[in-house]
Formats: sequence, structure tokens, C-alpha cells
Amino acid sequence: MSVTFLGMPATRPFPRNAARAVRDSQLRFNLRKATRTIRARRASVVAEAPDWAELREAGRAIKEHTLRNLDRYLIQLEEAVTAAGGRVHWAADGAEANRIVAGLVKATGETEVVKVKSMATQEIGLNEALLEHGITAYETDLAELIVQLGDDRPSHILVPAIHRNRAEIREIFAEHMSGWGRPAPEDLTDDPAALAEAARLHLRERFLKTKVAISGANFAIAETGTMVVLESEGNGRMCLTLPRTLISVVGIEKVLPTWRDLEVFLQLLPRSSTGERMNPYTSTWTGAAEGQEFHLVLLDNGRTGVLADEVGRQALRCIRCSACLNVCPVYERAGGHAYGSVYPGPIGAILTPQLRGMESELDRSLPYASSLCGACYEVCPVAIDIPSVLVDLRARARHPWPERAGMAAAGWVFERSGRLARLQRAGGRLRRLVPRRLPGPLGGWTDTRDLPEVPRESFRDWWDRTDGGRR
Amino acid sequence: MRVALFVTCVNDTLFPDTGRAVVRLLRRLGVEADFPRAQTCCGQMHANTGYRDEAVRLARRSVAALRGYDAVVVPSGSCAAMIREQYPKLAGSSGVTPFADAVAQVVPRTYELTEFLVDVLGVTDVGAYFPHRVTYHPTCHSLRGIHLGDRPLTLLRQVRGIELVPLPGAEECCGFGGTFALKNADVSAAMCADKVRAVLDTGAEVLCAADNSCLMHIGGMLGRQKSGVRVMHLAEILCSAETAGVR
Ligand code: SF4
Repeated sequence: MSVTFLGMPATRPFPRNAARAVRDSQLRFNLRKATRTIRARRASVVAEAPDWAELREAGRAIKEHTLRNLDRYLIQLEEAVTAAGGRVHWAADGAEANRIVAGLVKATGETEVVKVKSMATQEIGLNEALLEHGITAYETDLAELIVQLGDDRPSHILVPAIHRNRAEIREIFAEHMSGWGRPAPEDLTDDPAALAEAARLHLRERFLKTKVAISGANFAIAETGTMVVLESEGNGRMCLTLPRTLISVVGIEKVLPTWRDLEVFLQLLPRSSTGERMNPYTSTWTGAAEGQEFHLVLLDNGRTGVLADEVGRQALRCIRCSACLNVCPVYERAGGHAYGSVYPGPIGAILTPQLRGMESELDRSLPYASSLCGACYEVCPVAIDIPSVLVDLRARARHPWPERAGMAAAGWVFERSGRLARLQRAGGRLRRLVPRRLPGPLGGWTDTRDLPEVPRESFRDWWDRTDGGRR
Repeated sequence: MRVALFVTCVNDTLFPDTGRAVVRLLRRLGVEADFPRAQTCCGQMHANTGYRDEAVRLARRSVAALRGYDAVVVPSGSCAAMIREQYPKLAGSSGVTPFADAVAQVVPRTYELTEFLVDVLGVTDVGAYFPHRVTYHPTCHSLRGIHLGDRPLTLLRQVRGIELVPLPGAEECCGFGGTFALKNADVSAAMCADKVRAVLDTGAEVLCAADNSCLMHIGGMLGRQKSGVRVMHLAEILCSAETAGVR
């Protein structure tokens, strides 16, 4: 089987990528500021929802039920979409989805498409694939636009340009907008309103002349065949309504059984992701509107493999709210690029190795990109127990031999209390010889931290000598 | 009530003062704890680093040593979380019935120290005296793993002479994470540096927590920076009395 492609080349292992990010003070400042702002916003709007725990449980249960009966709901979805005048295509992997989409665009005779922000199309590298067919895809989400113009990579699910600040964005606009369409105004400042206006003018032109749009979907309702997209800018709605041909690439786990189920998710998602009580632009459509053509490409790309895993399958409940990223202390310091996948942060650390496997050094290092602090689990609106999945993946990863040797030695010592006692006594005698800096991987500790002083006597020897302090 | 002390391998080997403090504190409250000699390590390091077979072996040893007691007291939120959260999963996947039986016997009787004091003994004033400026860091596994809530602070507030100051950003991870501190040393150190800054901002003389592993990590950086701030396990503060001085 070919390795599942997730929109970014697998490069160096996570700790090396993260080490570089940690030293980039501008990046750390940007990330800290952005994640903390959104984290606080989420916390306050979640705290004011009196039934949050019940909503979260309902979200978990609906997703769980749907995944257990996915085959049935997918067929129902296909029938409903077809009945409403849409066409449904099934793609086993990213390459097949890209082929299907390229074929559909070519059939229209167009060479330009506008895009609604979508994780699924990033996952399969659709823009790059279309370019090979001579088709240019224009991102219309503001943050995606910044990433595209800057020839950059997204580093966050919801805020792909979170690693950029205003001054950097101004520079990108001033320098690169002209190469993609309407140039930025000469006197562009880094005032947020001015930046937004520049983007608005640049994009408006694009919306009016492009005839094909590509989107993903946050939810796909099996009962009615309705697609649902949540966004904050209204740019998505432009793409969904103006063009003549609309193609939606949707992961098979996005299906929900009924329209009523939306009640739960339209509360969970905005509060968890943008920290808003209600989502600003929620677009829904069922099949093809009059004079429009609608295609739904249902994407597997490794998902059925994940579904087969008892522990790991809960990752498919994810609604891509990115609350887990915003609260993660590791993400905050390492940044999104360190994860080498379009899915960064805690969800990426459990999803990427499951979708892509753990063949590369990077993918093997992802389940370890966590201190298991549990903050992600606590905020996840569909209660994905990320730490448990991480531990489960670690048990399946191949481990480096020095670590295996160390763990085997520790296991051997702990196997008998007498062995532990002898080691403790040896440590007590040699306590003055412990160096301040340790060699090899252990140096990671002593580079920044002192070692604890080894005591003269262990607890168990004290207990024996004094009869538990009674002598 | 037959009470076992599961002191944990880290305390046994590196922080015997904590173990002694627990024994003395419980004795002062009328509880004679037993120290089952066969105990070693709960297996958390192996389990969380991906060595499930070793973890299962250590878990089996631990429950064998601890079964039969009415209560098992653990002066570590992290190791208590390991026993309570992970042992049932390990037992479930191992398919060994005597192991699963022992786990079912031990798990509901396992208490982190402050749970045992507050929930089982029903005390919040343990008669301690500690005239110092102290801040408390709720470690992740005691906070989000076993949900200690405000038990530690309730106990600390009753300590005579103590000046308890809140730690800004207390709920954020210190970056220890077991082998994470070695495998992702740079991120771990960056997280620790932020925690250290927060501790220094409080002006506390002592940082305390319910986990010596996290304290070893934060204390290691406080020591390297020659900050003069001491780290102490909560048990040592609760144990200290007016007559006996600090310890
Ligand atoms: S794992 Fe949970 S918190 Fe993270 S993005 Fe998905 S739904 Fe949101």
C-alpha cells in the first residue's frame, strides 16, 4: 500500500523541528499571544453554557454512533445527494480524489478555481495536484490567502497563519498580491482594518470572475444530503453561491445522521474553535441549486484503517475545532510546522501517525510530542481521550535501541525489590561522584536542570533500620 | 483499618524525606501505615513510553504487593493516576484473570495522600506549623488525572504560620512528562522556564506539589538558576510541626 499523503513532506523528527521553533523568539511571541487570546475566549464562552457537559457527551455519542454505522449513513448520504441533483464520487485515497477533481474542473473548460478553506483538500495536496493539470486554485479564506501568498505552510487548523503577526502580513500583501491578482494599495499599513480591506478588494475581483469553486464541509447530513460549512468571513459563502460548478471534497467521517444532530454541533463547534457563541456564516446546501452543478467527493485516505482500531478510532470524532491546539503547551512552543502534517497539535499527534503509519522517523516521533498533561482531553468538545491514544500509539511504535536497553534494565531492577535496594545502596555510596552534566540523551536534562541529590539512605533502608521510624 | 504506603520508586530512591514525612504525618493522625516490602515501581514510565509488556509485569507485581489492604496511600498524584486510570486498561488487555482480580481489589482502595486525609480520615487541619511563604503547583496528573481539586489547598490553608500565595498559570504543565523531559528536552525546558518565572513572580520561598517528579524537574531549573527557592513535597509541609522545626 502506498503511504497516505497528508499535504506535507515528512521531514526531520518532531524534537528537532521543535527545538528550532523554540529558539525563534518572534515565532514564540506570536504563538503565545494568539493561543492565549483564543484560549481565554473559549474558556469564557464554554463556562457560560450551563449544559456544556451534556452537549459534549451528546457530541461524543452522536459521532460514536455514526462511526459505528458509517457504511449505512454514507449510502444514505449518497442517495440523498443524488436525489437532490448532485453527483457523488468515491475516492479511496488522495491521489484518486485529486484525479476526480482535476477531471471535473477540466470538463468545465476552466483553468481557475476559488477555494473555501478546507482541511481535506490540504490533506490531499489538491492545489499542487491541480497545478500539474494547469489549473490554479485561489484560497479565499483570509489566513489561507496569507499562507498562499507567502508561499508558506499552514501551522494551525483554524488560523493557518497564526505564526505570522500584522507586520509580516503587511509585507506579504504588499509584495505578493500583485502576482496573484489585484495588487495591494500603495499605502498599505499594518492596521487590521486596512489589511482586511486590501484582502477584500483582492478577493472580490476573484469571486466575480471565477466559475468553479472547491470546498470541504464541516458536516454532511445523511438524512437530507445537506452539506454544512461554518466560516467567519463570508468569503466561503461567496464561493459557495457565485460559481456555476461546486465541488466538495469531504472526509467520510464528516457525516451526521440527521439535521437535528446539527443542534448539538452548531453549539459545540463555534464555542470551541473561535470562542464565539454562534457562528457568523453558516452555509447549508442540498444537492445542486438551479443552474449550478454540484459534485461531492467522499474521501477515505486512510480513514477506514483508523476506524478498524479500537483505541485510535476515536480520533475520527474530531470536528477540527482546534481547541486542543490552542490549549496545548507543546504546540504553543513548537508551532504547527514542527508536526510535519496539515494536522498539527494534539489531534495531529494522534491522527497523522494513524493515517500515514509510523514508518518515518517524524511519524514515529509524533506520539511522543506530548507531556501527557491532559489539557487537550479536557477541552475536546467530542471528548477524544488524546493522552490514551498517544500512549497506545507509543506502545506500537518502534523504539530506538539505547532506549530499549535502558527500559529493559530499569524493568529488570524493578522486577525484584532486592535489586532495587542494592542499586539504591550503590547510589548512596557513589552519590558524590554523580557528574553535573550527563552524557548522550541524558544531557537533555542536565543542560538546563540540576540533578537531584542522591540521598545517603533510601526510604526502604530507613524503614528497615528504624522499623518505620518507631525505633 | 489496614493501610499500606505505596511510597513510589522515585520517593523511595531519591526523596526518602517525603516517605518519612508521610509515615510521621499519618502516625500523628493515629494511622500506622505498613510498608509492603515487595513494592518497587508502578510501571508508569514504561507504560507511558510505550513499553506495555514491562508495564504489565510491574503492575502485576504492584497489585500483588498491595492487595488485601483496606487503603493504599500514594504520595504522588501521578502514580495514583497510573494505578487508578491505567491498571484497569492494562489488566483488561492482558487477559490474565488473577491480575484483573487484584486490580479490581486494589484500584478502588487507592488514594493519593490528600484524598486519604480529606476523604477517608476526614481531616483538613493536620496540626502542621510552617512559617514560610509557599506557593502550590497542581501537577497535571493530580489536577486532570485524578481530580484532586482543592484538597491540597484546603489542607495547606490550615497550616499555622504559612503564607500561601497563588501561582499564576498554575494549571499549565511544567513540562516534565516523564521521558518527555529527555525526548523533547527543548520544549520541556521552555515549558519549565515559564513555570520557573511564574514561581519566582510569587516571591515564594517554597514551591510545593503532590508530585516529586515534577518538583525534581522544576527544582532542577530553580537550582541551576541559583534562585534560592526550595521545592518540597506537600507531605513534608503537612508533617512539619512547631516543636520539630521544618522536618
Ligand atoms: S481533537 Fe477535539 S479539540 Fe482537537 S480539534 Fe478535534 S474536536 Fe477539536
